[in-house]
Amino acid sequence: MPPTPCALCKTNRALILRPKDHSKLCKACFISVFETEIHHTITTNNLFHRGEKIAIGASGGKDSTVLAAVLKTLNERYDYGVELILLSIDEGIKGYRDDSLETVKRNAQQYEMPLTILGYSELYGWTMDQVVEQVGKKGNCTYCGVFRRQALDRGAARLGVKHVVTGHNADDVAETVLMNLLRGDLPRLSRTTSIITSTPSAVSTDPNSHTNVKRSKPLKYAYEKEIVLYAHHRNLDYFSTECIYSPEAFRGSARALIKNLERVRPSAILDVVRSGEDMAKLVPGSDEGCGGVCSSSVPAAEEEEGGCGSSNGRTAGGEMANMEQHLSQNEAAAENGLEVEITSTGKSRATQTQQRGNTAKESLQNGSSKKSKKGKGEPPAPRKVTKQVMGQCKRCGYLSSQEICKACVLLEGLNKNRPKNSIEVGYDESQETEVNGVTNGLQKTHIAAE
Amino acid sequence: MSGITDEKTVSITVEFSGGLELLFDNERKLSLALPSRDENGATSNIAYLVRYLCETTMKDPRKDLFVLDGTVRPGILVLINDADWELEGEDQYELQANDNILFVSTLHGG
Repeated sequence: MPPTPCALCKTNRALILRPKDHSKLCKACFISVFETEIHHTITTNNLFHRGEKIAIGASGGKDSTVLAAVLKTLNERYDYGVELILLSIDEGIKGYRDDSLETVKRNAQQYEMPLTILGYSELYGWTMDQVVEQVGKKGNCTYCGVFRRQALDRGAARLGVKHVVTGHNADDVAETVLMNLLRGDLPRLSRTTSIITSTPSAVSTDPNSHTNVKRSKPLKYAYEKEIVLYAHHRNLDYFSTECIYSPEAFRGSARALIKNLERVRPSAILDVVRSGEDMAKLVPGSDEGCGGVCSSSVPAAEEEEGGCGSSNGRTAGGEMANMEQHLSQNEAAAENGLEVEITSTGKSRATQTQQRGNTAKESLQNGSSKKSKKGKGEPPAPRKVTKQVMGQCKRCGYLSSQEICKACVLLEGLNKNRPKNSIEVGYDESQETEVNGVTNGLQKTHIAAE
Repeated sequence: MSGITDEKTVSITVEFSGGLELLFDNERKLSLALPSRDENGATSNIAYLVRYLCETTMKDPRKDLFVLDGTVRPGILVLINDADWELEGEDQYELQANDNILFVSTLHGG
């Protein structure tokens, strides 16, 4: 085949076929167009404001590495006037995080950004290795997912940063839309499609609280394919791996579906994202209803999916645990007669709700706040029909719709079974922990910008 | 360059990245002398290269993480001399001496 010229500059050889519009671009034009589109996403959604300090959730993987590289470039090119720092979470999985954290450390130097690494052991008193030792390989993703969700917010709060950006891309969002669609969870679908999520300021009066952190996804409309190509053509230093505790995680069926759709019709990914946004507008009480302008009211806690990978899009067991709770919100909506557009499911839901009415009242009267843990195979247990009111966890103060947040519930279970040792000193005895101090997050690593 | 004096093979470079190297003994770069004709005597193309890699190079039993339904698994990008294989005829592209074929997975996490 004769080389195709670039559709933009008409001179260089086209190397990239863009999935969204089939345009054929050369390397230089692709890099410029990719960056310009992210800039467009940032400006049209007012993601940043001058003087803001922003933490990039960095894992050393492709998405966060590209995010850091692009944001640095754009901040300089368009003079956003924002201060960028890197924040990494160390789950404490030996042989998995070590190499990617090394990559993040190199990124910190390459992009001249200060880096903070925060470990699960530091935050929760448990590394994932220790959790797995306790609970086994099954179900550990739930712990990892719940812990990670809070870890970035907690880390940001410690650093006095009010805004965390993550590398979630269009494929991740499309996958989440499909998963929530498949399980009929429209309230959650509406939350996860938002480009900005943040905690309601009413929740916390303390400006330094970690419930007061804004989250955004500047790569929301960027194809995973283009992110990888951007990293390749700019020769970015990133690390890819699979978690040793869930090596099959990336074979998630929603992900496979997305990739198959992309091969047949590449624009499908952005179409699913758009469909998700449109559906979100139909969800009662949804933020998207006002065109995303008032997005500050979207609760960030429990928003993200999955347990694995830096970009949480990779499916894991974590989301199953949350499912029940979110289904109960659907029912609450049905009961309140708010279901305007989604009539077909409304009827069956209403009946279900009635049937469960008695049990629900009972559990409400009991005032029990703890949710019974439910195995995947069990028939649906009676659910509390409650409107989700975001409050603070009574133990740690994290944003939660429950009295005690999920992380604290999980920690309580872990600590109960911890043989004799108290939380504070338990892990110091292990020699392994000492040797791998950095991995286990016992130390904060600061690499100052040069 | 010396490898191509043999007409029976075509010398190419194959690279794996994005986590795909994990399926190939952590080997990121291979120099291959690929038979210049496939099983049916046709000029070797990418489809043949993929079969060849599966049968002779790949020791990992999880072949389906590389190949699915007879072609490269969706989510794995193929670059032929740095160009998207979709611009080059995908798996029908006929290999030439000194070609560089890069397989990049987009499926792995950070």
